[in-house]
Amino acid sequence: MAELAIELIGVNKHFGEVHANKNITFGVRKGTVHGIIGENGAGKSTLMSIIYGYYQADSGTIKINGKAERIRSSHAAIGLGIGMVHQHFMLVDPFTVLENIVLGAEGGMTLDGSLAAARTHLQKLNQDYGLQVDPDAIVGELGVGTQQRVEILKTLYRGADVLILDEPTAVLTPQEADDLFRILRLLREQGKTVILITHKLREVMDITDDVTVMRAGEIVGQVRTADVTKEDLADLMVGRKVNMHLDKAAAVPGEKVLGVSGLNLVDGRGVALLKDISFDLHAGEIVGIAGVSGNGQSELLEVLSGMRDATSGSVQFKGQELVTLKTREPKAAAYRKLGIAHIPEDRSREGMVKDFMTFENAILGYHDDPSVRRGFLFNRKAIIERCRRFIDEFDVRPALTHRRIGLFSGGNQQKVILAREIHANPDLLLIGQPTRGVDIGAIEFIHKRLMQLRDEGKALLLVSVELDEIMALSDRIIVMNGGAISGELPAAEATATSLGLLMGGHK
Amino acid sequence: MSQPANMPRWASLWLMPLLNLFAALFVSGLVIALIGEDPVECLKLMINGAFGYPEGIGYTLFYTTSFIFTGLAVAAAFHAGLFNIGGEGQMYLAGLGVTLVCLQFDYLPAYVVIPLAMLAAIVFGGAWALVPGYLQAKRGSHIVVTTIMFNFIASSLMTWLLVDKLRMEGSQTPATREFAQNAWVPMLHELFAPLGFELPNTPLNASFFLALVALVLFYLVVWHSPKGFVTRTVGLNEKAARYAGIPVDKVVIAVMCVSGALAGLAAINELLGSTHRMNMGFTNGIGFVGIAVALMGRNHPVGILLSALLFGALTQGGLDLSFEKPAITREMIIFTQGLIILFCGALENLFQTPLSAAFKRMLKNQ
Repeated sequence: MAELAIELIGVNKHFGEVHANKNITFGVRKGTVHGIIGENGAGKSTLMSIIYGYYQADSGTIKINGKAERIRSSHAAIGLGIGMVHQHFMLVDPFTVLENIVLGAEGGMTLDGSLAAARTHLQKLNQDYGLQVDPDAIVGELGVGTQQRVEILKTLYRGADVLILDEPTAVLTPQEADDLFRILRLLREQGKTVILITHKLREVMDITDDVTVMRAGEIVGQVRTADVTKEDLADLMVGRKVNMHLDKAAAVPGEKVLGVSGLNLVDGRGVALLKDISFDLHAGEIVGIAGVSGNGQSELLEVLSGMRDATSGSVQFKGQELVTLKTREPKAAAYRKLGIAHIPEDRSREGMVKDFMTFENAILGYHDDPSVRRGFLFNRKAIIERCRRFIDEFDVRPALTHRRIGLFSGGNQQKVILAREIHANPDLLLIGQPTRGVDIGAIEFIHKRLMQLRDEGKALLLVSVELDEIMALSDRIIVMNGGAISGELPAAEATATSLGLLMGGHK
Repeated sequence: MSQPANMPRWASLWLMPLLNLFAALFVSGLVIALIGEDPVECLKLMINGAFGYPEGIGYTLFYTTSFIFTGLAVAAAFHAGLFNIGGEGQMYLAGLGVTLVCLQFDYLPAYVVIPLAMLAAIVFGGAWALVPGYLQAKRGSHIVVTTIMFNFIASSLMTWLLVDKLRMEGSQTPATREFAQNAWVPMLHELFAPLGFELPNTPLNASFFLALVALVLFYLVVWHSPKGFVTRTVGLNEKAARYAGIPVDKVVIAVMCVSGALAGLAAINELLGSTHRMNMGFTNGIGFVGIAVALMGRNHPVGILLSALLFGALTQGGLDLSFEKPAITREMIIFTQGLIILFCGALENLFQTPLSAAFKRMLKNQ
């Protein structure tokens, strides 16, 4: 047995009545890449926060390099050689790479000395780990993949021997992810230990040596990656057999529902966010929009759902022109009445009001509908009955109409939103990131439900940063890059590589 | 990620405000002791002044009536995420509307002139809040800043009007002539006399029932109607409101108008219920107390009723107390009110951490 970089023995953590980490015991071997997987809310983040000193464990022991330690702050963790690369980068955009790296570890009265020392140190790190980052580049001007490398450099500069990466590939193209993995392998070769938190099983299989699987706050499996398959891990995560394969019949596209042509969107500063977007969408088909997040997909959804006005171009919905449509109410309300439903990308900030009860969220956007009113008041009974039906039909848990929706898990929140939007019986369903932050069990359910809608003859436009999801669900795939369409291809012909190239803007 | 509070709902709804109230009273007691009076005796005098005899109760409920209106005004705006500090100015301007109607039309029968005056209170109060609402919705000018400034504008405007335009001829006081009796809202003791109830002679008038109706309507609209749903959506999550197709700017403007109108109704209680003429500065801080009432009442009608009653009792009991104890001045009462606002508003969660820890221990021991 190799030496352990980190060892946890019987660690427990409670938040109120929630037992977030139950009797966690596991070890990370030195010089390995260790994957930690689990559904949302399985306790991965809590566990990492304990190791990184954000939280203190209620009980249990943490050993770093065989020695029991109390990690009271992230400062202490850094002192022990633990570094963390967060999902959302902690960088100052207008600063240079060098300034960002020195930030928080300046030392001395003036910056000049430490900057010069840092530059030398940085060059060595750059070389050792093949990071290829220009120390004088402005961070805000760098691509996401490079910014991530700056984060990695930051932790290495502070002398990290153990790197914790939280969902590092969420914002990367497949090619950028490959690049990251190359760097992680190099780090491993140089004797560093890497802990990778992820929910993407493919990545776990790709790069890790060991895997720890968490479910409901407990560790349910600790295995060598070489000994297991993707399916084994999925079953462990969910705690039951998961059908990862989606049975998909060939699409039978009907008449044209949506026709977008020459659509442009320019923001207040003159930046073109959508450039000459044109595509068609028919009844009974799912068109997927792939792309690294931030390449215009969100804006496209906003325009098509009426939340934002296009600058020029045409959007024909069932033969009606939407761009020049004059409405008394906000366009989002008008479009909804025409038959366009929208599941927004940012579920918790747009799709629902966290402090509202389930039944209140069940009518958001449809609150003016005659079916929920009685005179100037609500028909409370009808609303609660409708919510109850949503809960039954979509298996929302816990099955409570009077509970703040912010307290539900991501998957259950999404089910409520999905139920609400489907209930309106729309002709066109705009779907943004349907399974972001959703547990595997619910993903399966949501995917099946979306396929069912397609087979019922609805037109679905799916935006997702998960390539697997796009490829599994779509009949046609459109790839966006820099606000423009960089390619379109039938799903049957798409591979991660071909899509990845298009996502990167190569035609 | 913050640690969720371990407190039962009843504790955060009832126990916390009560603890805050006791803390405020405790500090007031210390100060009273410092100036050489007996705090327990003072408290007894105050409670007795507010609730101990029929006239006291009448006055307490009279003050409560105004506080309900201004408290509801603050709460209405709050549900749309707006902090309306302009209740004072809105009430003052509503008073102008009431005065103009009464000076012109108080020869008309009561059933014409009183509804007309109420309408004027609603329109003038609402209009004075409309401008800050419009500026917030369309120009992004912060509502707190604009409503504060509008209080000053209202005050200057009214001073000028009362000194130069509306002052009773031949009088040196900046006040209008007395309105004709037609415009007086019936007193409770007058209303109940024919029914055989002998009520004391106090300014408590029919506006009190209007306030109770407003409380019930407020509850229905906010929690049981699409209008309230839309308002709360805007207040809790503006992005979700836009997603839901809610015209956010229109809602902001409309809610501010409703808020101003509610504050305006307090002017009916004061002008047509009690003074029967407009005096300079008749609002006397009632609009500001509304902020405390709403904060302490958690923007819920039941809470607002209870906290308005508390502030009504403080006002009336305090006045009685200052008659009995010359050392305790009106300023002392305002000081106590200020402490309550401080503890219930600004330091609202002062006891949250120790209290939730206590509950955690209790749950463990069970």
